[in-house]
Amino acid sequence: MNGGDAAGRLVRPFTLTGGRTRPSRSDFTLITTVTAVDPQPVGGARPQPEHTRILRLCAKPIVVAELATGLDLPVSVVAIMLCDLLEAGRITVRQPRLISRTPDLDLLKKVRDGLGRL
Amino acid sequence: MAASDPTPQGMPAPDAVKILVAGGFGVGKTTMVGSVSEIVPLRTEEPLTTAGLGVDDLDGIPDKQATTVALDFGRISIGDDLVLYLFGTPGQQRFWFMWNDLAIGALGAVVLVDVRRPESSFAAIDFFERRKIPFVIGVNGFYGEHPYEPDEIREALALPEHTPVLLFDARERASCRDVLIALLDQLIATSAR
Ligand SMILES: Nc1nc2c(ncn2[C@@H]2O[C@H](COP(=O)(O)OP(=O)(O)OP(=O)(O)O)[C@@H](O)[C@H]2O)c(=O)[nH]1
Ligand SMILES: [Mg+2]
Repeated sequence: MNGGDAAGRLVRPFTLTGGRTRPSRSDFTLITTVTAVDPQPVGGARPQPEHTRILRLCAKPIVVAELATGLDLPVSVVAIMLCDLLEAGRITVRQPRLISRTPDLDLLKKVRDGLGRL
Repeated sequence: MAASDPTPQGMPAPDAVKILVAGGFGVGKTTMVGSVSEIVPLRTEEPLTTAGLGVDDLDGIPDKQATTVALDFGRISIGDDLVLYLFGTPGQQRFWFMWNDLAIGALGAVVLVDVRRPESSFAAIDFFERRKIPFVIGVNGFYGEHPYEPDEIREALALPEHTPVLLFDARERASCRDVLIALLDQLIATSAR
């Protein structure tokens, strides 16, 4: 483990989130898809540079996990910034298909067939 | 093509589903994710203090400020409108609390077993059994060797008869794909019942 390295890296991301360490919403799972609203709403606070980076990365739909990788930031930090963007009306969110106790047979078959073509 | 609308808004986001790749430390989870993914497995670092649990739960985890958990994940596009994500669960015991978050909304799991030390995957099996999350066992034959039959392994792991046990090689794409297909077949069989 690169202990010293990790310690140095951890401090910074949280300065981006105003010291908050937890998202105010649990809207953002690893595979929640986010998309920048186009055109962006006028008025309101100007987005911070990190917010602008996120908006660029989610010009096309992207899931939170991939976004975090693209930003090289922890998922939890990205989720907090996404909360801000959602509240500012700058992104739309699409939740994953949750698999409940009655799974969606069509969805399962679709995944199965897709894997069969690999 | 009708789908060539140039604006992002005209492009519907694909559906996203996920499968977990679990098992003990060093059983080949990252290797498997990399073998079947259409992209180089992505990594994201999660600081332990915010990994989806109350700060109190971190008692007993040494170095909690400085520790990060690496999550690796891969992607398999299923047509234009559906994407399957594979998430490798962190193997080290002190990171197991993260599995709860990862498991939410998963289709199911592949539990990898290193045939030389199957006991390292007991905890993963317990985890999915208790939560009634469907899983299959992928026995990773390191160096391509499979000294045991699936039935012997099923017995050694005290698994119910219906749990599929596949002998596979985490380095081989086709082999990993077959393990995933076995999981889907199991899910389909159960839900069609
Ligand atoms: N010979 C051989 N080596 C393998 C095989 N699968 C994985 N390895 C190697 O075993 C080591 C551990 O594999 P990983 O895929 O990193 O295991 P992991 O389960 O992700 O490990 P943690 O995330 O640390 O728990 C790596 O050095 C791999 O290259 C295999 O089938 N045969
Ligand atoms: Mg790994």
